Amino acid sequence: MSSKRDSKAAHIRHIMETEGEAVGTNTRGFNAGRYESVAKLEDYEALKEEARAIKADAIERLPELVEELTETVAENGGTVYVADDAADANQYIAEVCAENEADRLVKSKSMTSEEIEVNERLERDGVDVVETDLGEWVLQVADEAPSHIVAPAIHKSRAAIADLFNEQFDPETELETAEELTSFARERLGELIQDADVGMTGANFVTADSGTMALVTSEGNARKTVAVPETQVAVAGVEKIVPSVEDLQPFVELIGRSGTGQDITSYVSLLTPPVDSPTVDFDDPDTPIAEGDTDREFHLVLIDNGRMAMREDEDLRETLYCIRCSACSNTCANFQSVGGHAFGGETYSGGIATGWEAGVHGLDSAAAFNDLCTGCSRCVEACPVGIDIPWINTVVRDRINTEDDPPVSFLVDGLTPDAETSGPGLQKRLFGNFELLAKLGSTFAPLSNWVANAGPVSRALEAAAGVAHERDLPEFQRTTFREWFEAREAVPPVDPDRKVVLYPDLYTNYMQVDRGKAAVRALEALDVEVLVPSVPGAGRAPLSQGMIDTARDKAERVAATLGPYVDAGYDVVVVEPSDLAMFRGDYERLLPPESFEPLAENSYEILEYVYGLLANGADADALNVTDGETVAYHSHCQQRTMGLEEYSTAVLDSCGYDVTTSDVECCGMAGSFGYKEQYYELAMDVGSNLEDQLRDADCDHVIASGTSCTDQIGDLLGEEPTHVIELVAPDGGNA
Amino acid sequence: MRTIQTQTKDDEGFTMSGKDVALYDQFASEARSYGVELTEASPGAVADAIADAIEPPAIGTPLPWDDVELPDCVETNPTPADVEGAVTGVTGASLAIADYGSVVLEMTAAGSEPVSLFNDLHVAVLRESDLVPDMAAAFEWFGERARESRGSAIVATGPSATADMGALVQGAHGPEAVEVIVVS
Ligand code: SF4
Repeated sequence: MSSKRDSKAAHIRHIMETEGEAVGTNTRGFNAGRYESVAKLEDYEALKEEARAIKADAIERLPELVEELTETVAENGGTVYVADDAADANQYIAEVCAENEADRLVKSKSMTSEEIEVNERLERDGVDVVETDLGEWVLQVADEAPSHIVAPAIHKSRAAIADLFNEQFDPETELETAEELTSFARERLGELIQDADVGMTGANFVTADSGTMALVTSEGNARKTVAVPETQVAVAGVEKIVPSVEDLQPFVELIGRSGTGQDITSYVSLLTPPVDSPTVDFDDPDTPIAEGDTDREFHLVLIDNGRMAMREDEDLRETLYCIRCSACSNTCANFQSVGGHAFGGETYSGGIATGWEAGVHGLDSAAAFNDLCTGCSRCVEACPVGIDIPWINTVVRDRINTEDDPPVSFLVDGLTPDAETSGPGLQKRLFGNFELLAKLGSTFAPLSNWVANAGPVSRALEAAAGVAHERDLPEFQRTTFREWFEAREAVPPVDPDRKVVLYPDLYTNYMQVDRGKAAVRALEALDVEVLVPSVPGAGRAPLSQGMIDTARDKAERVAATLGPYVDAGYDVVVVEPSDLAMFRGDYERLLPPESFEPLAENSYEILEYVYGLLANGADADALNVTDGETVAYHSHCQQRTMGLEEYSTAVLDSCGYDVTTSDVECCGMAGSFGYKEQYYELAMDVGSNLEDQLRDADCDHVIASGTSCTDQIGDLLGEEPTHVIELVAPDGGNA
Repeated sequence: MRTIQTQTKDDEGFTMSGKDVALYDQFASEARSYGVELTEASPGAVADAIADAIEPPAIGTPLPWDDVELPDCVETNPTPADVEGAVTGVTGASLAIADYGSVVLEMTAAGSEPVSLFNDLHVAVLRESDLVPDMAAAFEWFGERARESRGSAIVATGPSATADMGALVQGAHGPEAVEVIVVS
């Protein structure tokens, strides 16, 4: 177990050292470009909704669309072949090549063709397969796998490509600049395309009404691949079908913006094959092309390979909406550090790869990297078709857990009383059962803090459960937030404006007690009645470990406890953003609507609530007002996805603070992720960007909203930041 | 050459002698942002404008409109050898999309696809009346055509480009420069 974690850590370290820099620069550039490009759209959200609705409808009607498309393509003079799996598809394509006596097949970029590994199959038959996308060609020459679904050679620097070409091709003058490399490749590939017998493309979309396929490209190689040879083979997953040509519009507007941050790529080919363009026969140089052959052959190979089963699988189904734009890779803090060679399976990479790999290659392939999704949720708003990518990761994690043998360990029974019927390993169960850990820790504090962080115990925890010994474990407080609240002698407001249940999340209750106290002071100062009842943990910790049954159990208990308060007119205020994200988002999947909806509608993040009170006439002077003190603020990832960051900055602003915000997607800690031995270095690498920004801001205060961010920033800066509410709450000493 | 200046901030623009100036300006500024050069010419002056724009040798496909013609210096029935030897390819554009700066190039049996693709410079000839405001309008137009005639088209925006060699390079497999002659 431990050596498995060691080798995983070593693999990640190696990738970060060799590829991290190139991957980081490129993905962060794409991600920044995405923000800029989508901001130019008049109504980005509406366009995304339209795109999602088209996909939802298409997947719903898929069998019917496959039939319609098959007829349409036949009308057009082409052939559709629906392949059950990779072998079936490859066999068909090999036969097409054999019938055409093809010596060479030129290809434009297609992930689906990588999925079925058609190159290897054709090469066995002696067909010369040439990738013409420059990035794919670099990889073909280098014999490497793609590290990104859109920009496959993203992990290679210009210098590395120059070295590769100079060594491999020994050109007359050494190649150096990107221009030289490009024109060398263009020449060479141009010649290979000229006498190709078959052109193979993928397809971003195919329309059932006209048999038109859209190819989103920039280099022009896909156009040449189609224009020159007489025979075209297109390989596409069945999920690429949309009903009509007009349906392409939102996707054409979203795909480049979402992926590489381009408003539109150079070429969007809208091909209705067999295309009307005459072939260009370079072996017959003097016959005008207008007299050339227009009797073209076209084969559309639609790949099932597990997709129809994914369609029947309620939790994996939305994976089929994916248009493979790569936004979920680029926006992912972990992906930015390691790229697809660590954060990827047999074919696909990035957040959604878990769904694809589980569906087309099986759980084992997904298991190899699924842990790298921390559930930070930043990809959800970036995804042009609104897929809940973290949920797919959670579900697959749960399935992987169930496949694993239950661990045999004395610790398990005591520390892991979960509802899991079988399987998650000890590390997952330890972190997943955080609630019990916190209770015990608090009961025995400060002894438990001292023991857990002491050398031998810290090492033992690492060996048994993979808790990184570099991390100080969270410090439990002897007096919990609730105990403090019950014992205090405060007089509640006489005629309160509003009534609130302040949710004592595990972190606030057992560890970050001061932020709970500050929340109470702030709310009461604004004339709000506050109650802090005993409520179970929200289930975030087990959910993040893929322990869905345990999380559902918690959710039911939370809803049962808070429901009556909501019915009685109380608002629920939450300090920990990841728990609010449960109430507002994840609970929808865990609870029946009648339990989920009232709780979701009446729950607020603490600063969101304070903002609402101020906006409704409460006086900011009741809070801790300053005159221009500076604040560096890192908002929590899930808080940002819920669109709540601005409430914190607005309240800080109302209180007279001068705020600088970080723009990194995630702090790197992401719940328990950064505590895990095998991911510690990655988490710190991710965090280093945040560290730079916070240090550069050079402010009077550093503040954060989430517990993990607080811990991570504490480790990065050597000093723990406070929660926003602690800064703006009126001073109350420690009462 | 362009003489009319926009004088309004009104989003809908205004029309002067049949021109939607705001639409044209939007197209021009978007296209220029990709490095595309634009030249305006009346129908009678198009041939001269094309002759000025091209780098010889040039090949082309016949323009589909009665009132405009290609200059004599453009080979309009090119062979594969001409395609290889030419520097410039001239074709018509069926449509242009103002808010993207894109031109829509329909594939023709005369070979507009290879002619617009293989050479360093692509000169696209566009009628100003074929300018539409946005992608939705473009797909409305193309959807009808695709269902009826099962044709193919390329939405082309700027020259071909790649970032695969470690930096952005214009001119990958396709043209490295694009010029649009707008017939007004
Ligand atoms: S899941 Fe969404 S964001 Fe990720 S590649 Fe697919 S469409 Fe793009």
